[in-house]
Amino acid sequence: MAAVRRTEARREVLPAAARPAYRTEERYIVDAIHFGVLSPTEIRKIAKVTLVTYTLYDADGSPVPGGPRDPHFGALEPGEICPVCGNTRNDCPGHFGKIDLARPVIHPHYSEFIRDVLQTTCRACGRLRIPPERLRYLRSVHERLKTRWPKLARALEAQVKEEASKRMECPHCGARQFKIKFVKPLHFYEDRPEGEILLTPTEIRGRLENTIDEDLELLGLDPKRARPEWMVLTVLPVPPLSVRPSITLETAMRSEDDLTHALIDIVKRNEKLKREIQSNSPESVIESYWFLLQYSIAAYIDNELNIPFVLTQRRKRPLKTLAMRLRGKEGRFRGNLSGKRVNFSARTVISPDPLIGINEVGVPIEIAKILTVPVVVTPYNIDELRRYVMNGPDKWPGATHVYKKRQNVKIDLKYQRDLKSVAESLEPGDVVERHLINGDIVLFNRQPSLHRMSIMGHIVRVMPGKTFRLNLLVCPPYNADFDGDEMNLHVPRLEEARAEARELLLVEKHILTPRYGGPIIGGRQDYISGAYLLTVKTAYFTKEEVQRLLAIAGYEGDFPEPAILKPKPLWTGKQLVSLFLPKDMVYKGKAKINAGALACDGPECFNDSYIVIREGRLLEGVFDKNAIGAEQPMNVIHYIARVYGHSKAREILDTMYKMFIRMLEIRGLTMAYSDIEVSDEAKKQISELVEQYRKEVERLIQDYKEGRLEPMPGRTVEETLEMRIIEVLNKLRDEAGKVAVSDLDPFNDVFIMARTGARGSDLNIAQMAAMLGQQTVRGKRIHRGLRNRPLPHFKPGDLGPEARGFIKGNFRDGLDPTEVFMHAVAGREGLVDTAVKTSQSGYMQRRLINALVDLYVDYDGTVKDASGNIIQFKYGEDGIDPMLSYHGKAVDVDLLIERAKVLFREESK
Amino acid sequence: MASRLEEALKKAREVLPPKVYEELVEKLEASGLSEDAKVWVVEEAVKDYVRGMVQPGEAVGTVAAQSIGEPGTQMTLRTFHYAGVIEFDVTLGLPRLIEIVDARKEPSTPIMKVYIAPELWFNEEKVKEIARRLEYTIIENVIEDIEYELGSNLFIIKLDPEMMADKGVTIDMVVGALKKAKLGEIEIDEENNTIYLTVSEKHLRPIDYGNPAAYRAIENKIRRLYLKGVKGVRRAIIQVEEVEVNGEKKKAFKTIITDGTNLEEALRMRGVDHTKTISNNIHEIARVLGIEAARNAIINEMKEVLEQSGLDVDVRHLMLVADLMTWTGRVRQIGRLGVVGDKESVFARAAFEITTKNLFEAAARGEVEEFKGVTETVIAGLVAPVGTGLIMVGAPARPAIRRES
Repeated sequence: MAAVRRTEARREVLPAAARPAYRTEERYIVDAIHFGVLSPTEIRKIAKVTLVTYTLYDADGSPVPGGPRDPHFGALEPGEICPVCGNTRNDCPGHFGKIDLARPVIHPHYSEFIRDVLQTTCRACGRLRIPPERLRYLRSVHERLKTRWPKLARALEAQVKEEASKRMECPHCGARQFKIKFVKPLHFYEDRPEGEILLTPTEIRGRLENTIDEDLELLGLDPKRARPEWMVLTVLPVPPLSVRPSITLETAMRSEDDLTHALIDIVKRNEKLKREIQSNSPESVIESYWFLLQYSIAAYIDNELNIPFVLTQRRKRPLKTLAMRLRGKEGRFRGNLSGKRVNFSARTVISPDPLIGINEVGVPIEIAKILTVPVVVTPYNIDELRRYVMNGPDKWPGATHVYKKRQNVKIDLKYQRDLKSVAESLEPGDVVERHLINGDIVLFNRQPSLHRMSIMGHIVRVMPGKTFRLNLLVCPPYNADFDGDEMNLHVPRLEEARAEARELLLVEKHILTPRYGGPIIGGRQDYISGAYLLTVKTAYFTKEEVQRLLAIAGYEGDFPEPAILKPKPLWTGKQLVSLFLPKDMVYKGKAKINAGALACDGPECFNDSYIVIREGRLLEGVFDKNAIGAEQPMNVIHYIARVYGHSKAREILDTMYKMFIRMLEIRGLTMAYSDIEVSDEAKKQISELVEQYRKEVERLIQDYKEGRLEPMPGRTVEETLEMRIIEVLNKLRDEAGKVAVSDLDPFNDVFIMARTGARGSDLNIAQMAAMLGQQTVRGKRIHRGLRNRPLPHFKPGDLGPEARGFIKGNFRDGLDPTEVFMHAVAGREGLVDTAVKTSQSGYMQRRLINALVDLYVDYDGTVKDASGNIIQFKYGEDGIDPMLSYHGKAVDVDLLIERAKVLFREESK
Repeated sequence: MASRLEEALKKAREVLPPKVYEELVEKLEASGLSEDAKVWVVEEAVKDYVRGMVQPGEAVGTVAAQSIGEPGTQMTLRTFHYAGVIEFDVTLGLPRLIEIVDARKEPSTPIMKVYIAPELWFNEEKVKEIARRLEYTIIENVIEDIEYELGSNLFIIKLDPEMMADKGVTIDMVVGALKKAKLGEIEIDEENNTIYLTVSEKHLRPIDYGNPAAYRAIENKIRRLYLKGVKGVRRAIIQVEEVEVNGEKKKAFKTIITDGTNLEEALRMRGVDHTKTISNNIHEIARVLGIEAARNAIINEMKEVLEQSGLDVDVRHLMLVADLMTWTGRVRQIGRLGVVGDKESVFARAAFEITTKNLFEAAARGEVEEFKGVTETVIAGLVAPVGTGLIMVGAPARPAIRRES
């Protein structure tokens, strides 16, 4: 067993701030852990009881002394006093016991080390089979390598093993050596002239005892902490009861832990073996019981070994033994140590609230009354805290506990009838556990936590209802929607943690992503169509409308002058947007709609698709995905965040963006059947196209059948045919789509959404209005199903478009039954793909994280790992934080020149 | 006396990376700004650069891992046709990315991009010849059949003239190969594209005249005989490009893409631009061109995969991964057999994979867990040595409260 030994425990050195205010007891910090193998002496020393019987309880239900539930294993029951340390269950740490084994047993997980020693040392004198001079040389090399180059030391050890195992005569005593055969994980055979002889653990242990420390070091063992003979067990440590607690079932029956069952089995066999030895049974009988004991112990340590023996519970379920407790995702390491369950957290469904700020999170009152924050009473907050105490645990904002410093007691307000007297008794130094209140900082998280923006700091806003409320603009970093998503909330409780959360984790500090140096927070969907409709050239607003728009944004400045005075005062959307932009802002860039017929290359743009902002005024161009959208590097919000700081960006996200959705509330945005209804003319055109291309496909098939089709280089004729057909049919879909798209009104709501990047694409519109086109599986036409045909609706061997998944129908008119099937087939592929991908990329990310966690930038600008190795001399070769880069660039010179142009023209005026 | 602009530029030169500085100077000249404005731009550029620097303690490793891993779900799973080359499929997307971080000995679709020296760009014949010299060809590739009868030592080798023309193999080359193998007497019937080979007794003993296995062995030997080309290259495809030279459109043959790689041999060939020619096998590059080249190859390969999937990831993250994989001088895998397995910390290894084995080994070797990395400190509930946890200096917290009397 790997003994975990504390070399030296350091006294509490945590800064006072990192310690809960009311926790005063001394704590120890682990400095280092030295690993080693427990020696029999040590096991005997720590053992408080020896197991000699497997009976758990006697007839009246009390534990049997010397049994697996002996009280000396530690107090576990309420009210029980530990006979060893005299503590109750709260303070008794539990105590080890032991089993004295009748015969030694090989530890299955150390057997490979045992093999190394047996194969390299002399069977007579125990010395390493290497001549003295060479040995001295190797030892000095090894000594030097060990600390500086552990990897090289290992390579040397491997070489030593090879050298020594080859020598069949001991250079020290001259004894003849034999080959040792090792059968994993327990058996050793010696290849003697008289035949293969099984070595007994006793024999092996004897040889191991003969080895000397200096030799063992060359084999990579640490003889101080792991003598090889300790790897053959003579006494087995038995863990305390707290490691293997029993549970009481409803029927008052006791159910023991798997480890206890395994121990029962071991004791049984050990006692049996003892009896056989005492009664002088023949050696072969003894050996067979010895074998059984070996297997039991091996399975007790690890029940997943490659041996034909598994410890089971009543013949069925394999027992979960020691090693298995540590292993795997739910094992001790990954399940309990790398990730721990925590208190002061909450989880519920999320729902949208466009009216709260991006830094905020709406928390249901019910939850706010459960999650608490400890606050130290000072003269400055005593009145406030008294109010909370008076409210008690059930009325928000209240408090749940009070810790009285002077009396050193914790008062649970739930059981306190006289809240008023508690409140009055508060004095500086006391600690009040108060409810979560508005303005508190909490951590908000949505799984899978793929990047650091998956956990951000939010400011609490307590609200009625049962869901967490979330501003829509923060959906992209969490990748959240509201179709039933749940999120977790954690309350940092120490001042240090709360300060860090505010300074580092707050949402506004994560508007820019380090992945590519661009904004990850920004508008999506309705925000984008709203922004477009607000800023489009044709949009003018009456005074009432302007008031509504500015009111929702919380605008507080002067009311703007109208852009048009007669016949009635009207304002433009660009004007309204400009009210929120920084007064000296300069920006130029293409809008999303800058494509196709509306393309422009520079500021002289009559399509209003080139954005120009000067002196904080939107002069030209519309706001759409490219200006205000999430995940659009170098857009307006990125520019503001980088040049004016993230709090300015947050301010704009909390104000200007609200106008965009209010805009939709004024105008309305919807999708109608008529939006994708094409004219009869276009329909005719499309069916003509279908005929034309069908002929082309038929010609290809004809060519193929008559052997006239030229294969493409490196492809078979069949592959060539398939590729050509897909090519032709995709062209058909594109052309049909083009016909439909050019037939539809380019300013209807569906097109607005597609063009501005709010939702959908031209392809989606084509699929709704014209045709779905060829469905593919793995890039090929659908051909599997029945023999030589996907469905019985077609003739076997039919290579025509419909028989292989071409869909000429569209979503508006509906699909044929066969078309529905083909569409579903292709749709299924996508689902399978995603399922496979998530597991694969998840594992890749776990490996990347585990490999890279320790890397950090040091004060000298270098990147180092945990051991202090320098990985990079200057991070990223220029020392720039990708989050603060301009889409990867360290400095945006063009932008600076643009700014200078405006800035210095003003000065010269 | 130096002007203000010169002074500002001098400072900028000290601070800014050379590339940024050059860009700045170039664009300033073209800007037509006033002297004052230029000074402002230079000073602002320096300020901006300094503002954008990473802060000490930043957990750049974790950020890099997240930045590469997070978009993984958005990547394609399928293999695709290499840009423009329909002849063979190339692994791209998530599987290829996994392959790169895994540092596989051989990529699932090994590919070489052989660049032609500029003077041969328009010489179709020469380029074709290079391609032929690249393609690994054995007798099997150019024959129709080999006939023989039990009891006789005569082997009739029927050549395939079409394949020979395609691969650029002459009958003399085949004969040469056979002669070199010294299997026996050779007779040539050029008209019928047939070679008669009378195998000597040394290779086919009369006792074996009734043994079909012996005949098959000879046949296989003949089939395997090397004719020409580079070992490992299964196919070589020439890329044709339209280039305008002096207003005239011309076909250019700038690159050859090969299925299968052998960088060492390809670089040795005449007519090949050895400054550009590259393979997609990281280990091969490390072996032939050195570890720095392998580092660049890792970055470029990852960049290409991500770009092809339409994903935006800063190169700095890729550089960090590549540097971590190569800084020891060898290409190490991101995983238990590489970077993670080499970690000093027992707990960090145990928490990743093969938990128990790591613990037992640590016990036998008497290893010490010193809690220097992130994983270990999390396990022990200590402060992780990154970010704000890096700071070791702390002021004693003293109550700033004055008691109200």
